[in-house]
Amino acid sequence: MVEKQEFMINMGPQHPSTHGVFRIVLELDGETVIGAKPEIGYLHRGVEKISENRTYEQVLPLTDRLDYVNAMGNNLAYVMAVEKLAGIQVSERAQAIRTILAELNRIASHLISIGTQGLEVGAYTVFLYCFREREIILDLFERATGGRLTYTYFRFGGLFQDLPEGWVEEARDFCKEFLPHVDEYEDLLIQNPIYKLRTKGIGILNKNIALNYGASGPVLRSTGVSWDLRKDSPYLMYDQVEFDVVYTKNGDVWDRAWIRLEEMRQSTRIIKQLLDNLPEGEVQAEELCRYVVPEERSSYFAVESPRGELGFFLVSDGSLKPYRMKIRSPAFVNLSLVETLVKGEKVADVPLIIGSLDPVFGEVDR
Amino acid sequence: MSLALEVTLRAIIAVVLGFSFVGLALVVLNVVERKLGGRFQSRYGPLHVGWHGSLQTIADLLKILQKELIIPAGADPVLFRLAPYLSLVPAITIFLAVPISENIVALESNLSLLIVLFLPAVSVFGILTAGWASNSKYSLIASLRSAGQMFAYEIPRTLSALSVVMLAGSLSLTEIVKNQQSIWFLVVQPIAFLIFFFTSLAEANRVPFDLTWAESELVSGFFTEYTGMRWAMFFLAEYGALIGSCFLTVLLFMGGWLGPFLPPVVWLLIKVSVLVLLSLWFRWTWPRFRIDQWLNFSWKFLVPLSIINLLVTGTLMIGLRVGV
Amino acid sequence: MNERAICVRIEDLKLTLEHLHSEGYNYFSFVTAVDYPDHFLLVYGLVNTGKHEITFIETPLSKDKPVAPSSTGIWKGADWHEREVYDLFGITFEGHPDMRRMFLPEEFEGHPLRKDFQSDEVEKKPEDFY
Repeated sequence: MVEKQEFMINMGPQHPSTHGVFRIVLELDGETVIGAKPEIGYLHRGVEKISENRTYEQVLPLTDRLDYVNAMGNNLAYVMAVEKLAGIQVSERAQAIRTILAELNRIASHLISIGTQGLEVGAYTVFLYCFREREIILDLFERATGGRLTYTYFRFGGLFQDLPEGWVEEARDFCKEFLPHVDEYEDLLIQNPIYKLRTKGIGILNKNIALNYGASGPVLRSTGVSWDLRKDSPYLMYDQVEFDVVYTKNGDVWDRAWIRLEEMRQSTRIIKQLLDNLPEGEVQAEELCRYVVPEERSSYFAVESPRGELGFFLVSDGSLKPYRMKIRSPAFVNLSLVETLVKGEKVADVPLIIGSLDPVFGEVDR
Repeated sequence: MSLALEVTLRAIIAVVLGFSFVGLALVVLNVVERKLGGRFQSRYGPLHVGWHGSLQTIADLLKILQKELIIPAGADPVLFRLAPYLSLVPAITIFLAVPISENIVALESNLSLLIVLFLPAVSVFGILTAGWASNSKYSLIASLRSAGQMFAYEIPRTLSALSVVMLAGSLSLTEIVKNQQSIWFLVVQPIAFLIFFFTSLAEANRVPFDLTWAESELVSGFFTEYTGMRWAMFFLAEYGALIGSCFLTVLLFMGGWLGPFLPPVVWLLIKVSVLVLLSLWFRWTWPRFRIDQWLNFSWKFLVPLSIINLLVTGTLMIGLRVGV
Repeated sequence: MNERAICVRIEDLKLTLEHLHSEGYNYFSFVTAVDYPDHFLLVYGLVNTGKHEITFIETPLSKDKPVAPSSTGIWKGADWHEREVYDLFGITFEGHPDMRRMFLPEEFEGHPLRKDFQSDEVEKKPEDFY
């Protein structure tokens, strides 16, 4: 008598390709996934609770450590949320510099995403090529902010300091050199026949499910929804620069990778425009006092991080400290799709699908 | 000297030479692979041990030798110990039958092609045993994959080798090489060459067919649970299989040791190195297939193609012999 | 994006959410809670991608009975958010398919984002684990 039994496999939390401490229990029939149960929380540090016991300024470094590959973007979302809560104005120059840095960080984050997509199908080289360019971005960040991974460069009302001399030229050089490299990644990985074979038609997400789950960023845009907060709810200088929202129709892993690739080109375009028309002036609001004490109210502000809608919901009770800070993290929401996406796919596609959602566990677990 | 004694002596010498050759080749190949891989990836590769990191592999081997051999709880201790040998021995034994020039071969046989072609297939038992004995689900999936894909590459591989055998009219590797005096079989049989070379990569578990140790999903595949020298033996077996496959490809399709001016052995090594470097290049460039895609590709495309190739070869041969 | 905030009673919450969904609020942004001294406040952020509108729904919840209707039937995205609120605030969502803790281990006691949560209670020294 042959008995048929499902094969349970426990992927993670220690597994080479779960992008961090993520655990997914897979139920397999041969190589096909018939059930999946994601478990998160291995990196839960209680940022929301810690922030209730710190002043608004002291919370800022915590946000760096949420999505550690996009620290600039997190700073931005938090700083702008506090500025909205307290009604602080920011100078034009500071806004332009913020936009440039946020876009550079978007490129850096997408580079990691594309590189790891390569790793997941066994193409190691593209990963190191991506890191080569990311290194230049990190050097630029280091020159401007002093940090390579966590920056804390933005301040309420402006920036910590102005850009150093010669930075603009260096950034311009980077933009010039970067675009041919994007073509290189496209040739080497994204348009590679084997990669296409591996990713086309895998992990298909449709529009309604994506919206229903609240997915955002490249994950949502791959399903044919043109939804980008930079265009749909413009902040900073995004309404003054020309760029296209990249979106595709198929909603599979390949589309998501291609969107990220194309977004790097668009980001370069934005940076170029801003570098050419960088406004003069101060980067720090003059009347800013040492502590921010907002009125008793709540506000929500979201930016388009490389992963999607990154929002901070802040409640103030009129004291120095936020009464409640909720982080609406895009990676958390996108990752909740993983159960739906991996069902019916092969076990070899599971890391690919997880990777295409581009989760960063500092942000998922908070 | 009696025949039995002579054969035994030859075998012992060959095995010793074979092992030292593969061992040496491994050290060289490993350094070359790491340096080249570094260059492909715009980094330096090993730099510090020896001249430009040339002794890195030896340092690593010394380290591996000192490592504890762990047998995981719940593993089958006998099979777990046996598996690396099952994998390594066939991969190296094939060098018994590989002729390195017209007169230098350890085991002269009319059927040397069969030995070289099929002995490595025994390595699959090593992989199967390792996956089963490890008591790890990742290893098990890897060994199931290995069992599943074995026929998928062995059949087109054998069929494409057969078309060369038909041309040469012999199963002896020496004879096959001698038949390429006027023209390499690579020119006559380009399709068979491509099929043979790529399926050889699959045989050696190389990219893009490294499905049995696909680290992105299976951690390290069938040798996930292995440590120290046992792990190194699988590693050695993989390199042995790669070098063996390249030797065979050269002998079958690229004229073996034939070539002007230089000594035959040098020619053979040059040709083998070209193929090995080619496979390294693939490794650092290509993503890997998924198991079902590779099986589909093999059964639905490679197998029919190699059969057609065989039929066309046969028809043409008869046609030419009749002298139309 | 236009913003508006609506304050509803807990009894009307489900109807309001369903109504908004039928009005074109197709995108579920988040749900969270705030622990005020005398009540919890549930806050929903819902987006109408067609009209570019974000609506915040605020619902006070009594501390004695922290139970709210689940909106997983309307937006699937509410699943993990509600689990998170349950985990960190101890607010139960009725009708949720899988009401477990999201981040913390199941045996964890207390709900850390409540203001009365004392962190000393769970602070363990390394030797406590051995």
